[in-house]
Amino acid sequence: MPEYTDVIIAGFGGQGVMLIGNLLAQAGMEHGLEVSFLPVYGVEMRGGTANCTVVLDTSPIGSPLVREPKSTIILNEPSLDKFQPRLAASGVQVVNASLIPKERLDPARTTVYLPVNDIAHSLGNVKMANMVALGAWVKATGMLPLKAVQDALERVVNVHYAKMIPVNAKALEAGYDFSG
Amino acid sequence: MSGTPERVLAKGNEALAFGAVDAGCVCYFGYPITPQNEVPEALSTLLPERGGRFVQAESEVGAINMLLGAGACGIPSMTSSSSCGISLMQEGISYMAGSHVPGVIVNMSRGGPGLGDIGPSQGDYFQATKGGGHGDHRNLVLAPSTAQECYDFMFKAFALAFKYANPVMVLGDAVIAQVKEPVRRTPPPGALSREELDALCSPWRIEGYGARPNGSPRLLKSVYLAEGALAARNELLMKKYQEMRKEASFETEAVEDAELVVVAFGSMARILRSTLRHLRAEGHKVGLLRPKTLYPFPDEAFRDLAPGRRFLVVEQNAGQMVEDVRLAVNGAAKVDWHGVMPCIFATAGDLARPVLLALKGA
Repeated sequence: MPEYTDVIIAGFGGQGVMLIGNLLAQAGMEHGLEVSFLPVYGVEMRGGTANCTVVLDTSPIGSPLVREPKSTIILNEPSLDKFQPRLAASGVQVVNASLIPKERLDPARTTVYLPVNDIAHSLGNVKMANMVALGAWVKATGMLPLKAVQDALERVVNVHYAKMIPVNAKALEAGYDFSG
Repeated sequence: MSGTPERVLAKGNEALAFGAVDAGCVCYFGYPITPQNEVPEALSTLLPERGGRFVQAESEVGAINMLLGAGACGIPSMTSSSSCGISLMQEGISYMAGSHVPGVIVNMSRGGPGLGDIGPSQGDYFQATKGGGHGDHRNLVLAPSTAQECYDFMFKAFALAFKYANPVMVLGDAVIAQVKEPVRRTPPPGALSREELDALCSPWRIEGYGARPNGSPRLLKSVYLAEGALAARNELLMKKYQEMRKEASFETEAVEDAELVVVAFGSMARILRSTLRHLRAEGHKVGLLRPKTLYPFPDEAFRDLAPGRRFLVVEQNAGQMVEDVRLAVNGAAKVDWHGVMPCIFATAGDLARPVLLALKGA
């Protein structure tokens, strides 16, 4: 597995960007890694995109901020505009095909392009689109085993929604297993 | 894979709240403001669970005067706010300093002047370290750089506040406040117990005349109108501030053979840690000096490092700590400065160029 990766997760407020950022950081920590999670809040949240940065490292983390991320999870089109140009040359982006037209993709970028809303809808709840996207990211980066992320759901999902954990674990798996 | 269950994922703000209660904090008084709201949010649950008190004050002015009152009674207590809210507290902080009253004040600062913006800024360095309020007074100032230090430094903050009967400020910013990281809730070495804190203030705290039937009345005040009284009082304060000098603390990384030592605190220091490791790997002789206490400032570290080296101060403001660095270096080395403006999210890569320019002596 890689020694270091970072990811910017971006979408509309309400798409669960912060939840999967938290989940990834929690899973990384439980897997024995150093992690940091930085939410970007404030005017941007009201304007268009919410985003967060997660760093996963085998050594203590210096900067929790990243200009050119090694990976991104892009859930809406404004986020693609903002972060596709910043993706590191060797980076990979997971892009939501349900909301972003294919022609918007930069062919020079390594992209995992999957319809996360549609996949989540077919599993019973479109709100799990974020989990599908994170599952695809886990596969694309190989930074963590899928099971570590699924296991961490229990610590991150509000106890009020505990009954949703098994189906969210399934959504993670669906994203992981997706082959376009 | 085995996990590490003793680590919890916490924001700097949450880690501060955990640290406060684990260090023995009994009372919190405060008024909401971004980016520190998770501090009162967490303490509103944690304190009542332990028999403590959480009070949402009517204003920052109310909060700081409640802190003065609790400190005068020897109760380990704290408040928290951000920049403009801390400005409102300055009168009370000055009164606490003048009255020799302990208390912990957290400033998760935001951009200013005025109402400014809620993003990261280190623009309150002067306000924190040069007194802030009126009169000849000093606050001890601690600058955490990680969520773990937010936890650990609260123990230090309460111990120092009671040891010196003085306000202690913990200064962070939106990055330190909002970044979530693994935190171990284990008291750091040197943490004082509640009994030890009590013992430090037992000679002077206001505890009710009845508690000391053979004692004399006690009065804590900051007004000294008799001829020569304030002079004597302030000489006592100066003596105390001189004693505080030994609390100066800092850390260095890769400075031994460094040609350029980069100086930064808090969030900028941790971002630069990534920058400098990258530049080191490329063969550049650069190191890091990070003050952990901003007052007292670790002057001696600069004197020791100055021969044969240059310094670059990087801070997220228009040039504040650089003045203390120049005083500490006292002409013995070249001191350059690079500023990041408030509410700009500087990354490790962004800071490589100014470091390289300073290294080349440009």
